[in-house]
Amino acid sequence: MSGIPSEGAAVAATHDPLAPLRREWIRHSPAERLTRWIMFLTIVAAVVWAIRTIDIIPEFLADAPEQMADLLVRMWPPDLAAYPRGIHAALIETLHIASLGTAFGFVMAIPLALMAARNICRIPALNALAQVGLVASRSVNSLVWALIFVAVFGPGAAAGVFAIAFRSIGFVGKLLAEALEEMNPGPREALRAAGAPWGAEMLKAVWPQIRPAFWGVALFRWDINVRESAVLGLVGAGGIGVVLEDAINFFQWDQVATILLAILAVVLVAEIVVTRVRARLL
Amino acid sequence: MSDTALRGTARRAFAPDWGMRIFGLLILAYLVYAATQLDLGLGRFVTGLGEGARFLARMVPPNFARWELLLEGMIESIQIAVLATVFGILFSLPLGLLAARNIAPWWVSGPVRAFIAVCRSLHYVIVAILFVKAIGFGALAGICALVIASIGFVAKLFAEAVEEISMKQVEAVRSTGASTMAVLLYAVLPQVASRFVGFSLYQLDSNLRNSTLVGIVGAGGIGGTLFAAFKRFDYDFVSAILIAIIALILLAEIVSGRIRASMR
Repeated sequence: MSGIPSEGAAVAATHDPLAPLRREWIRHSPAERLTRWIMFLTIVAAVVWAIRTIDIIPEFLADAPEQMADLLVRMWPPDLAAYPRGIHAALIETLHIASLGTAFGFVMAIPLALMAARNICRIPALNALAQVGLVASRSVNSLVWALIFVAVFGPGAAAGVFAIAFRSIGFVGKLLAEALEEMNPGPREALRAAGAPWGAEMLKAVWPQIRPAFWGVALFRWDINVRESAVLGLVGAGGIGVVLEDAINFFQWDQVATILLAILAVVLVAEIVVTRVRARLL
Repeated sequence: MSDTALRGTARRAFAPDWGMRIFGLLILAYLVYAATQLDLGLGRFVTGLGEGARFLARMVPPNFARWELLLEGMIESIQIAVLATVFGILFSLPLGLLAARNIAPWWVSGPVRAFIAVCRSLHYVIVAILFVKAIGFGALAGICALVIASIGFVAKLFAEAVEEISMKQVEAVRSTGASTMAVLLYAVLPQVASRFVGFSLYQLDSNLRNSTLVGIVGAGGIGGTLFAAFKRFDYDFVSAILIAIIALILLAEIVSGRIRASMR
């Protein structure tokens, strides 16, 4: 009776009550197993290719732990006396860059989001145009935006603000457009039926519905921007990155440690503030 | 007249939210203050526009004449991203399990969570600078920096996913007398495996973006070429590199989107 395929098990049960127990269970279908194997092989092949062809100097790899230890020893103890001399001011400048960048980003992102949302703007060509703008903003990293704006405005905080703002457009615009498309059309139709103009419709029907999403996105983006604005100074766009770059170039590792601790503290505080505010606001 | 009489008794449909208005005004006041502190004036903006136009004019047409250099940098960036993702995931798996408060005791999960938080808080470019100073220029520093960034992201999300699992299956496997390893393998991991694959895929995407950047501080990849082109005012080559980077990122986004859709 063992030659009976598993589909015939029910028929065979009359002859052999144990046949269903001998049925073999397989977790994945053959096609699934094949795709799993192909994916696994692709990953292994990619790793092997990368390891064999990447340009790594073995000597550097060998003494890496030693060098890391040396660096940490030089960083200890952090030169906390340097904090009032310049680091504090740079930290505040970083926060200003992050906040202003977020605000400018929102100013530019809101029209694009309205244009990208298919239920607000009914012209497909404009939807597509807005989407292209949002994708372009998101694809260019904030450091690259900073490089571009340093070339445009010259070194300084202005370049940083614009870099943060342009980077934020794509993120903010995408999330706001999604929130707009998910909103309930009822209130808008009601206001329109009462003869409300476009502005009143936006203010009294659309805005109350996306307000939670708006503040959520604003807080989330501000948190990200605080992190990102800390490195913009490396390419000359103002903030604490400039001080960090100088300290590294002068090999003042104890000051570097202080700056890193300051950045760490600000980032953690920003995250805590954002979680608290979000919990109260939403 | 009757309007004012009505307003006293009827419910107001659009009552002003004074708390929100004051909050908005405070934010606005802070932004104006910050703008004056940073010395952002309209004059500066107008000169900037002129410079921007000149800059854009020098960026077109993009110059792909040095495509070999471009290709070399892009391939190195991809290699950095692949290796950083693989090693980052390998480290994230045990760290994520150790950071989950329902699996590990508090005296293990506490320090591990702190370590993950530090990994996440430091921007990858800052980590890349430190690694460049510690182990020298080149792709290795970039890989190390992105491994740290990957741990910060994947391990955190993985730990959160593990904390959300159903403990019934863990108890069932444990009640058969299974060892800790068997409990992890047969009760914990099957519940979180698909989400873990999702995080890893997302991290590969994000590492690909970031690996094009770490070169700015000397940690290998196309970023170094980009920064050098910027410093030499080779703006037509800059635009060529930027186009290549954007194309790579969009391609990666499409591919990972397809894979994610087919997994569902």
